[in-house]
Amino acid sequence: MFYTEAGQFSSHYRTDRRLFRLRQDRYSLYALLLFAFAVVPFIGSDYWLNAILTPFLVLSLAGLGLNLLTGYAGQLSLGSAAFMAVGAFATYNLELRVPGLPLLGSIVLGGVFAAAASVLFGLPSLRIKGFYLLVSTLAAQFFVQWLFTKVGWFSNDNASGVITAPPLVIAGHDLSNPAGRYLLTLGFVVALTLLARNVVKSELGRNWMAVRDMDTAAAVIGIPLARTKLLAFALSGFILGVAGALWAFTYLGTVEPHGFDLSRSFQVLFIIIIGGLGSIAGNFLGAAFIVLLPIALSLASGFMPAGVIDAGQLENLQKIVFGLLIIGFLIKEPEGLARLWQQLRERARVWPLRY
Amino acid sequence: MDFFFEVLTGGLLAGVMYSLIAIGFVLIYKASGVFNFAQGAMVLFAALTFVSLVERGVPFWGAFALTLAAIVALALLIERAVLRPLVNRSPITLFMATLGLSYVIEGAAQALWGAQVHGLDLGIADEPLELGGMLLSQFDLFAAGTAALLVALLSFLFNRTRLGLSLRAVADDALGALAIGIRLPRIWAVVWAVAGFVGLVAGLLWGARLGVQFSLSLVVLKALPVLIIGGFTSMTGAIVGGLIVGAGEKLAEVYLGPLVGGGIENWFPYALALLFLLVRPAGLFGERAIERV
Repeated sequence: MFYTEAGQFSSHYRTDRRLFRLRQDRYSLYALLLFAFAVVPFIGSDYWLNAILTPFLVLSLAGLGLNLLTGYAGQLSLGSAAFMAVGAFATYNLELRVPGLPLLGSIVLGGVFAAAASVLFGLPSLRIKGFYLLVSTLAAQFFVQWLFTKVGWFSNDNASGVITAPPLVIAGHDLSNPAGRYLLTLGFVVALTLLARNVVKSELGRNWMAVRDMDTAAAVIGIPLARTKLLAFALSGFILGVAGALWAFTYLGTVEPHGFDLSRSFQVLFIIIIGGLGSIAGNFLGAAFIVLLPIALSLASGFMPAGVIDAGQLENLQKIVFGLLIIGFLIKEPEGLARLWQQLRERARVWPLRY
Repeated sequence: MDFFFEVLTGGLLAGVMYSLIAIGFVLIYKASGVFNFAQGAMVLFAALTFVSLVERGVPFWGAFALTLAAIVALALLIERAVLRPLVNRSPITLFMATLGLSYVIEGAAQALWGAQVHGLDLGIADEPLELGGMLLSQFDLFAAGTAALLVALLSFLFNRTRLGLSLRAVADDALGALAIGIRLPRIWAVVWAVAGFVGLVAGLLWGARLGVQFSLSLVVLKALPVLIIGGFTSMTGAIVGGLIVGAGEKLAEVYLGPLVGGGIENWFPYALALLFLLVRPAGLFGERAIERV
């Protein structure tokens, strides 16, 4: 909620408009960033860095991309994985075919290509609304996957369309070890999250929310619908594209078009449902949940007596638990983990002397 | 030219199979405004239950009745556990709930009956039949006949019975229907059960063709463009959309496919649907939403 603390006043509009108005928010953010950048790479084991933290960060980023489009601008999309794929394949081809382009440059340009693809498939949103829009994003999903499988040029004529990570070198530093890949991912995630947070607070972000809540009303008060919607598609596509490139190159190393299939799109959608639609922090909570749940479930089944749950059943069980959680969240807390976290904070503020 | 007509007829008949799935969607969307992504999972659940019962030695009609009972139970459960707590939420929330629901149903169906592929034999030979110089699949003809029967049955239910009257009232104006004493929860349960029945028929036909397995729940993705071309609220639309998608897909596969390297059946229906939408944003037969500020 919108709240401030006793004793913290803003004497300028500038300080009033800053990203984190509360001192404790700012300081805990600094502490968290310091911990993530300076401590985690040294204390994290390879397993943690490779198999948990990096996918967590990339999925948070993908969730952020979709959340801008669905949670803030209200345009439902089932094609997130397609734009991730565009980002990954564009980055790969830029590294391959443009000599002298630094890694950071090709990842960012890959994001730009994904943004262009996203705008292209977002164009129908100017004419069609709501669930009918699903057809456009699903078309993107199936078309992009088909394109990268069928046209060998994109994967440098690899028979099954597999692409492999370029050497991860930035300014002479080799980042191909787990800690380096983690840091590269973290850098992108922090930069893009700050960007997204800024945009959401800006006029554009408020326009998105107006369009989400009722686009006819938004048009009536003079919000340019076409520009607002397409900018949402563009920024969302850009972030998803960068996430796709990171997913392919810092997490997996090699990836084929099938790595970006419809179930990946659903995974990203679930992240934002569980984390919270229309929330930045929610993406991180949702992604943590999605990454940790399968691990927790297989751990839990490890404690059962042998033979009670076999591997096939575990997968089914995982699906059931997942589905139930989603329904449960939608019923009990439609605003997701982000809202729960906020409630917890608000309770903690007045604990133990509630008024 | 003969070849063209053969492809076209084959496509139209295949399209009927898509319509079968789409009809289940339309029923639920009309009565409760829920965009039910779980329809594919219900098809899978129905077909899997049926096949597993038959494999355990239950006779055909016995298995059919038992599966129907299971589906009605499922519909009641869905109404009680999912729809009722989510009443008055935004359509997008309900859509996502059905996404979750499809996970639960798929997981449960496979946990219960296993994930291996089951063959399903309905006793119809899948042999080509020569009709007026064209080779047509006997199975497709049977499917088309079943679909016609189903549609006739459903339109009888909707237009000639008391239950149908209340169903139409709810579809027209849920609040008004509530005010004159129609019990919404019961209507929802009925509609989900009927949609489950349609799913069972679709599941048997699709299952006989593809084998009963997980990928059966993916036919929902085939039905989506159909639904979008036809409009979410019209049963006629579902049929016409199915025919358009079936014919368009087959024709594109034969004439366009070789030019671009084939495998276009995954995305072509969506591109087709998109073209239709650009001209008619609510589908061919869908109701145009009138928005007021």
